[in-house]
Amino acid sequence: MHLTPDEVIFFQTGFVKINATIVTTWGVMVFLVLVSWWTTRQYRKNEMPARLRCALEMVVLGIESQIADVGLFRARKYVPFIGTLFLFLATSNAVVAIPGCEPPTGSFSTTVVLASFVFFAVPWFGVREHGFWGYIKGYFKPVFLMAPFHFISELSRTAALAIRLFGNVMSGSVIIAILLTIMPVFFPVLMTILGLVVGMVQAYIFATLAAVFIAAAVRSHENPECD
Amino acid sequence: MDSITLIASVSMITAASSTCLGCVIPALAEGRAIVTGLTAIAQQPDAAATITRALFVGLAMIESIAIYCFVVSMILIFANPFWTYFASKAQGG
Repeated sequence: MHLTPDEVIFFQTGFVKINATIVTTWGVMVFLVLVSWWTTRQYRKNEMPARLRCALEMVVLGIESQIADVGLFRARKYVPFIGTLFLFLATSNAVVAIPGCEPPTGSFSTTVVLASFVFFAVPWFGVREHGFWGYIKGYFKPVFLMAPFHFISELSRTAALAIRLFGNVMSGSVIIAILLTIMPVFFPVLMTILGLVVGMVQAYIFATLAAVFIAAAVRSHENPECD
Repeated sequence: MDSITLIASVSMITAASSTCLGCVIPALAEGRAIVTGLTAIAQQPDAAATITRALFVGLAMIESIAIYCFVVSMILIFANPFWTYFASKAQGG
């Protein structure tokens, strides 16, 4: 019984290890790219768009309205980053429903990488909004001595993002594996349903927290309600 | 008691009490959060969407504390470095 999909190795030469995490991640990526490409194949004006395109437009506009609700106004600039995070996480966590596949977010490396994306995106968007020195001045904002505490809090909330997602998904997989040895059919199905719900909630939480962190870096300190 | 027995027993006791405490205390905290959320929805039903969203975000943050304790228990049971070291020494030595 393995804790993470890292331990299922398909192919290994030298230091190159193809494990289940890499294979599942590439499968999710190929699936998302294929769906996007199929939907945006032909744009013909003055024609009723296809159903799949309408559905995906609903999803993207829903993400944009949620980002604006959280406090990040002019949400359209941030929809590519946060929307991709949410869609990738939702699809990866939904993989638990496919028999024989494990979600790649059950591996600590995937979640640490995604959290470090958010860690580097926050100063990226902050510098684009306020300029380099404007962003650095924000660290010293309430009191001059608060700068190291701001930095430490940024590191710790990034680590919390990674561990939250990893812990939720890994615990779901471990419980399903343990229950498979005890009672084969009934309880593992229930725990898979719970794992699907938890996975969707955690994907939403991850994207919402990323939006909140970026909003904290981007909002102007003179008028907190509009920018 | 030799060291391998000591490590095994302490690991088991710590793993169980870690999950136990990590389930009880966040459950109490989530109960309090839900009570406050329901009271707020009852007082202002048209803000229910905002309150529900904030409630779920808060519950996920409390839940993650419970998950930290669960992860520590899993590490102690399945990926315990002290156990693997001493078990390999007992087999080899």
